Amino acid sequence: MKIRLSFIFLFCLILFVAFVFYKSLFDDKNYAPKNINNKIENISIKEFYTDKNFYLKNLFEEETLMAINIWASWCIPCRQEHRYINKLSEIDNLKLVGLNYKDKKNSAQMFLRELGNPFDIILTDTDGTKSIFLGAYGVPETLILDRELKIIKKYIGPINSDIVNEIKTIIK
Amino acid sequence: MKLLKLIFFLLFFIFYLNNVYGENSKVDEISKNLRCLICQGQSIYDSQSEFALSVKTLISKKLEKGDSERDIYDFLKSKYGDWIVYKPDFNKYTLVLWIFPLLLFLFGGFLIVRKVFIKGNKI
Repeated sequence: MKIRLSFIFLFCLILFVAFVFYKSLFDDKNYAPKNINNKIENISIKEFYTDKNFYLKNLFEEETLMAINIWASWCIPCRQEHRYINKLSEIDNLKLVGLNYKDKKNSAQMFLRELGNPFDIILTDTDGTKSIFLGAYGVPETLILDRELKIIKKYIGPINSDIVNEIKTIIK
Repeated sequence: MKLLKLIFFLLFFIFYLNNVYGENSKVDEISKNLRCLICQGQSIYDSQSEFALSVKTLISKKLEKGDSERDIYDFLKSKYGDWIVYKPDFNKYTLVLWIFPLLLFLFGGFLIVRKVFIKGNKI
């Protein structure tokens, strides 16, 4: 009786562990939090050229959606994704906002001169704290927000042509 | 000369230990309880990644503003989910996590009690 009970217990335990491991084989390795507050506070961020403060909600004109791209001149993947950001700027009804992350102003301007400036407006985050309000992990990252500043979509890492197409379908 | 050297080393170690075991600031205390999400196996306190540095800056800014420790944890949880704190809250999602070790402990105790007392009585 005693042996059988522990045997059943051991068997169940092994089965349980095997199940957990098997299931996690197919899990997405990138961590993306669920049930979080998807709404961003209406914070004010400094503009890149003029140092004037802008509230996020006030950036909207007639557009329904806003894309915030977090970038830095020292970030190599940002360089690679920049041509896709240029494509985003061709989309109507999308406010394209750049958020310059922990960067030197001169190098950022060089970066834009070299690769083009697709952004409607560039904001600057000198110490990285504004990006935390956006729930960002680092550079590059692209967020799609609606007029209520709710995050509709979040792309961690460089975007590609598939993502550009996906964003196009979201707007339609 | 020997005495001078000794004094020098003593002073050096006093200052050195002051730095190592000096009083922890509130920012250190809080950041030790936070997981660095982009670096595996490190806390925000340990990490020198841009993300961790930004979080530390934010914590000190929030403390200056007068926010409590609880407020800061809640703020970061709302942005990054429960995963960012090392000690998860007790709720319906973490029930198994909290209860299972306790059940396992009780079951082990039950096995020991059975083996030692019940079998011992028979002999």
